[in-house]
Amino acid sequence: MRGQSVEMVQLLTPDGERVANDDFEFTGSADDLAGYLRDMILARRFDAEATALQRHGELGLWTPLIGQEAAQVGSAHALRAADVCFPSYREHAVAMVLGVPLSNLLGLFRGTDGGHWELLEKFKNYQIVIGCQALHATGYAMGIQLDGAVGNADPDQNAAAIVYHGDGAASQGDVNEAYVFAASYNAPVVFFCQNNQWAISEPIALQSRIPLFQRAQGFGFPGIQVDGNDVLAVKAVTDWAMERARHGDGPTFIEAYTYRMGAHTTSDDPTKYRESSDEEAWRGRDPILRLATYLRNLGAVDDAWLAAVEDEAKSLGADVRATIAQLKDVTMDELFETVYAEPTVALESQRREYAAYLAGEDA
Amino acid sequence: MNEKLTMAKALNRGLRRALQADPKVLLAGEDIGKLGGVFRITEGLQAEFGENRVVDSPLAESGIIGTAVGLCMRGYRPVVEIQFDGFVFPGFAQIVSQVAKMHMRTGGRQKMPMVIRIPFGGGIGAVEHHSESPEAYFAHTPGLKVVSCANPNDAYWMIQQAIGSDDPVVFLEPKRRYQQKGEVNFTDRPAPMHQASIVRHGSDATLLAYGPMVKTCLDAAAVAAEEGTDLEVVDLRTISPIDWVTVISSVRRTRRAIVVHEAPLTLGLGAEIAAKLTEELFYVMESPVLRVAGFDMPYPPARVESEYLPSVDRILDTVDTSLAY
Repeated sequence: MRGQSVEMVQLLTPDGERVANDDFEFTGSADDLAGYLRDMILARRFDAEATALQRHGELGLWTPLIGQEAAQVGSAHALRAADVCFPSYREHAVAMVLGVPLSNLLGLFRGTDGGHWELLEKFKNYQIVIGCQALHATGYAMGIQLDGAVGNADPDQNAAAIVYHGDGAASQGDVNEAYVFAASYNAPVVFFCQNNQWAISEPIALQSRIPLFQRAQGFGFPGIQVDGNDVLAVKAVTDWAMERARHGDGPTFIEAYTYRMGAHTTSDDPTKYRESSDEEAWRGRDPILRLATYLRNLGAVDDAWLAAVEDEAKSLGADVRATIAQLKDVTMDELFETVYAEPTVALESQRREYAAYLAGEDA
Repeated sequence: MNEKLTMAKALNRGLRRALQADPKVLLAGEDIGKLGGVFRITEGLQAEFGENRVVDSPLAESGIIGTAVGLCMRGYRPVVEIQFDGFVFPGFAQIVSQVAKMHMRTGGRQKMPMVIRIPFGGGIGAVEHHSESPEAYFAHTPGLKVVSCANPNDAYWMIQQAIGSDDPVVFLEPKRRYQQKGEVNFTDRPAPMHQASIVRHGSDATLLAYGPMVKTCLDAAAVAAEEGTDLEVVDLRTISPIDWVTVISSVRRTRRAIVVHEAPLTLGLGAEIAAKLTEELFYVMESPVLRVAGFDMPYPPARVESEYLPSVDRILDTVDTSLAY
């Protein structure tokens, strides 16, 4: 695979075999792993359901995450209570693990509201502009540092920020500026890049001549490539990077080497620009399959367990479909009210004019 | 308690007071620390408040604005300095796509109490990109507030009001007026920053200006007075939103309006003011709203900037045109 380094951290092979790594070890239990497997299965189901809803005209757009479940579930489980997450627009599984109501995500893509999310202090709004959030995360991390919330003896007093971006975003000025600021201030931020090989129709080769993780060195902080389809490795590497940040050792760049099995968004047609043989090759590296194989061989899960999770996925699907009907459109009044924190006479007069116009329409 | 200060010093004092008043206020920007900023507006502040409160930034405007967004999310009130008007554009995307939209995007959950200080305007003989008037770009962006101070007293108070606002404020400082002195009253607060102020009362016509052009309009009014024309001068102070109450009440009395700004004519603030006055005072005004502005060209080289910039003569010529209706 182009861009895959011999240094890539892998703890679970595509065939479901545990392998040792000199630097990283997965220290969780089989129960933890069963939990991750469940998260990945549910995330994939949610994603499929949302894709279908878009096809039915219920969502304006959807950004499929299929194939990236391990990268997202593994990294999300590395976050602690005080850590804060800055997503792009595809981190549905991260949101799910952190407890963000899925209706929040659906509302954005349905256009019922612009992002009135319930867990903003933990998981920020999706960012549609590519890479902007890398700077927000870095600034937030600078704030963590100013608050003295790094390097304390009591680990509960420490925090870090994690920001998700893709391989395409690595070309953005804002993302590169974020690396510079993070390095200059030694900010407690982890750049979690899901290199899913494609920026819409553009291959990674167009964004970078070298593996992305090697760029970090030029910015002056560690870069590491991890098998993004191996949830054990992702969890272990993200744990390490987040702990470095919380401890006061500054930023880390993680390249989660993975694949976008679906389209960029539901408006996209991957058959126009990529080979199906590629997809086939990656299908063999599926994150869910390999973990299920491993846990089955371990005796940690069995058919009954998998069937129970499948039932859970079915009812999640039904819930998601039912949620759509309950999403309420934001009102023009609410929009007028929230443009500013401190209302202005000028905008208030526009609101009144519009209200008067509506009243006239109804009369 | 009064003191005669330059606008630069008044801003410095205002920033100092804001830093003293609220530990969450911090300054960030290029060269603002040891150097005190290229215009010395932040002089001495890093020495007094330390490197965590007065932060020298890497040379990247988008980075400065974007990290300030994150600082707001963490509960800070960042005041960022963009070194010159023409250098704001690398940070423009963060300002219009993120800073301005964050409050509405989040249904009011996330405030952006950020101040973006920009020295703006011409008249100082500078090189390219150092004399621009980008205010209309910001005024056309819902979610931002845009203000400009025209005298040291307003500079001292408005910078504090901007920092105290829970909305993002683009704070435009008329760089050619930095070294002009004026009385600063440290005890009596002036009008809130969202109000315009009538800085000279008159009855024949109203000159509407903000920032660097307020003084030019006052100079023009002084000359006009010698010729027997009694001009009113309104300092808008707030460019977005405009204080229509003050503007309309003035023009209702004088029945003639001339808007003066350095920015290019087409789609400048003058266009909006003319449209609004026409809507509100169509049967009252004796003449159309006229505009004295920069021309629709990139800002010219320094040796000819005086021809580009609205001057006392150009303003008086336009007043004559208005009075001839």
